Amino acid sequence: MPRPEVMDWLRKQFFPHLWCPGCGHGIILHAILRALIDSGKKREETVIASGIGCSSRMPGYIDACTVHTTHGRSLAFATGIKLSNPDLTVVDVMGDGDCAAIGGNHFIHACRRNINITAVVMNNNIYGMTGGQASPTTPLGAKATTAPYGSIEPPFDICQLAQGAGATYVARATIANPVLCEKYIKNGIEHKGFSVVEVISSCHTQFGRRNKRRTPLDNLNFLKTASVQLAKASSMSEEELEGKIIIGEFVRKEIPEYTEGYEKLIEAVGGSKV
Amino acid sequence: MKNEINFWQGNVALAHGALAAGCRFFGGYPITPSSEIAEVMAEELPKLNGRFIQMEDEIAGIAAAIGASMTGRKSMTATSGPGFSLKQENLGLAYMAEIPLVVVDVMRGGPSTGLPTSISQQDVMQARWGTHGDHATIAYAPSSVQECYETAIKAFNMAERFRQPVLIMSDEVLGHMRERVTIQKDIMPQIINRKRPAVDPDEFKPYKPDDKDNLPPMASFGDGYRWHITGLTHNEWGFPTNDPAEIEKKTRRLMDKVNAYRDEIVEYETESIDDAEILVVSYGSVARTALSAVRMARKKGLKAGFFRLVTLWPFPDREIENIAEKSRVILVPELNYGQMVLETERAAHGKARVVPYNLVNGELFKPEEILEKIEEVG
Ligand SMILES: Cc1ncc(C[n+]2csc(CCOP(=O)(O)OP(=O)(O)O)c2C)c(N)n1
Ligand code: SF4
Ligand SMILES: [Mg+2]
Repeated sequence: MPRPEVMDWLRKQFFPHLWCPGCGHGIILHAILRALIDSGKKREETVIASGIGCSSRMPGYIDACTVHTTHGRSLAFATGIKLSNPDLTVVDVMGDGDCAAIGGNHFIHACRRNINITAVVMNNNIYGMTGGQASPTTPLGAKATTAPYGSIEPPFDICQLAQGAGATYVARATIANPVLCEKYIKNGIEHKGFSVVEVISSCHTQFGRRNKRRTPLDNLNFLKTASVQLAKASSMSEEELEGKIIIGEFVRKEIPEYTEGYEKLIEAVGGSKV
Repeated sequence: MKNEINFWQGNVALAHGALAAGCRFFGGYPITPSSEIAEVMAEELPKLNGRFIQMEDEIAGIAAAIGASMTGRKSMTATSGPGFSLKQENLGLAYMAEIPLVVVDVMRGGPSTGLPTSISQQDVMQARWGTHGDHATIAYAPSSVQECYETAIKAFNMAERFRQPVLIMSDEVLGHMRERVTIQKDIMPQIINRKRPAVDPDEFKPYKPDDKDNLPPMASFGDGYRWHITGLTHNEWGFPTNDPAEIEKKTRRLMDKVNAYRDEIVEYETESIDDAEILVVSYGSVARTALSAVRMARKKGLKAGFFRLVTLWPFPDREIENIAEKSRVILVPELNYGQMVLETERAAHGKARVVPYNLVNGELFKPEEILEKIEEVG
C-alpha cells in the first residue's frame, strides 16, 4: 500500500485504473507523487499537465490541478500556465510519442527556454494507446504494428535530445528502479529551470508481445539487466554499450530561468507597480 | 475628461482594445498580416504586469494562451490563414474544456500560403466549422478601425461570459488601414469577468451550470480549487465519461449555452432597409464598399438596402428572413468563392432571390462594381 500521504493525492474513486495490469506507467505515478510530497508541494498549487496516450491519462488519477491537453502539445499549455502563474509547481507528464514525435518541437523549445517545468517522459518505446505503432524511440529492428518487419529508423535518445536543446536538468531512470525514479523526479522538481526526467517504462501489451518480452516481469528483468549507471558507462566501449540503457543524471546546471527573466522585464518597464 | 484620439492601424486598435478589456496574456507566432497585434502586445503587456510569449508555432501560441486562461488571465492569440488552420485542434480543446479565449484571424488569401499581403474573406466558414466536432461559434467581423478596438472588448466579454473561445475575423485591409480611433475617457466600457465558483473547493463541479443562467462558473489554477480539465467528453466534475446521458448533456450544453442567448449575441447593422427591394448583405471591409454602393444606388433612385453582419456567427438568420420577405433580391458580395451567401440563402428560405457576387483576385471591390451589380440584379 502506498503511504497515507500518497493516498491523499489520489482520486481514489477512479481505481482500479485503466492501465493494463503490470503496465510500467503506474510505477511512475507513484514515484511522481512521492517526489511531490517529499518536496513539500501542495495539491492546490501543483499542476499536472499531460498530452494524449496511456501515459497521459495519469493526471486524471491525481487530486491536484490537472489538465489533459492534446497529443504532443502539453508543454505549450504548461508554458502558458507557468508563465501566467509562476507560483504554481508544474509537472508535465508525457509519452515517447507525445514528447519526441508530435510534440518534438514544443519539447526542444521548452528545453531551450529553460522554463521551470518538470517534464517526465514515460518512454515505453511504442504508441501504447493506439495499438502498438512505432514511435521515435522504438529501437532499430524492434517490431511494431506499423513496423511489422522491424523498425528501420534510428531512434531518438531523449536525454541527448534534451541536453542538446538546452535543458538544465536531464536524468534517466527505469521503472525497474522506482527509488531512483523518485529521486530524479524530485531533483527535477526542485531544480530551478527546465528539467527532463526520462523514465524507461514498459508496455508488455503492445511492445513486449511483439518483442519477446511478453509479461510485465520479462520487461522488468530486461530493464534491470540492460541498465548501466552513467559512471560505469563512461568506461565502456560503444560495442559494450550496444542495447544498454544508461541511467543517471546527465545535466545539472544553473542558468537564468525564463519566468524569472520575465519578472525582471516587468520590473524594468514598471509593470510590477500595476 | 478629454477623449483620447489615436490614429491607428486596425491591428493596433484591436490590440489596444484587448488590453482595455483586461487581456493580460498573449501567446502567438508571427504571420502577416496579423503580426502587429503580437508586436503591440509584446510591448504593452509587461507594462501592465501582463505576459507575452512568442511560441515556436501557432499550435503552441494558442496552447499557451489557453493555459494562461486556466490560471485566470484573460488571454488572446492572433494569426492569419495558415496559422488559423494550425490552431484548430487546440481551439477545439478550448470549446470542449470551456476555457475563455479570444482568437483573431486577420484574413488573407488562401488556400495554403496564398496571398500573405492581400485581403480575402475566405476563412469565414472555417471560423464556424474549422475545428472538428459540434460546437457553437461566436465570431465577429469588424469593419472599421474604431470597431476593431470595440470588438476586442466585446469579444473578451463574450468569451468570459460564455466560457468559450470567441473569434474576431478581421482582414488584411482592415488590419493595416489607419483610421481615427476615439477612446472615451468619461464612460468606461462595460467589462465582464468570468463567474467564479461560490462553493467550497471539495464541492466544486467545474462543468455544472448555475440554474439561473445555465452557465458554469470557473475557478483558476492556483486559487485553491483542484479540478480536472480534459478534451475528452466529460461529466459535470470534468472527468471523462462514457455514459450516453452525460455525453448528450455535455454536447447539447456546448451548443445551447450560445443558442439560448442568441438574440443577445447576434448583431447587425442596417441602412435604408424599410422599403428595400435589393438588399446587399456584407461584412468586414467589404461592408464599407457595399454601404457606399447602396448610397449611390439610392441617389439613382434604386431601392437598395444595406445589411451588415456584425456577428458572422451566430448568423442573423431570422433578421435576414424578415427582410427577405419584403425584398426581391439579396446580393451578397464577398471576397471568396461564396461562403456566407450559402447561409444567407438558408435564412431567406426562398423568399427573395439570393445572388452571390465574388471577387477572388486579392483585391477589394470598388463601390462602382457593387453598384453595377445592384443595377444588374435589380
Ligand atoms: C493529433 C492526434 N494524432 C493522433 C492521435 C492518436 N494518438 C493517441 S495516443 C497516441 C500515441 C501515444 O503514444 P505515447 O505518447 O508514446 O503514449 P503511450 O500510450 O505509449 O503511453 C496517438 C498517436 C491523437 N490523439 N491526436
Ligand atoms: S497498452 Fe501498454 S502503455 Fe497502455 S496501459 Fe497497456 S501496458 Fe500500459
Ligand atoms: Mg509510448
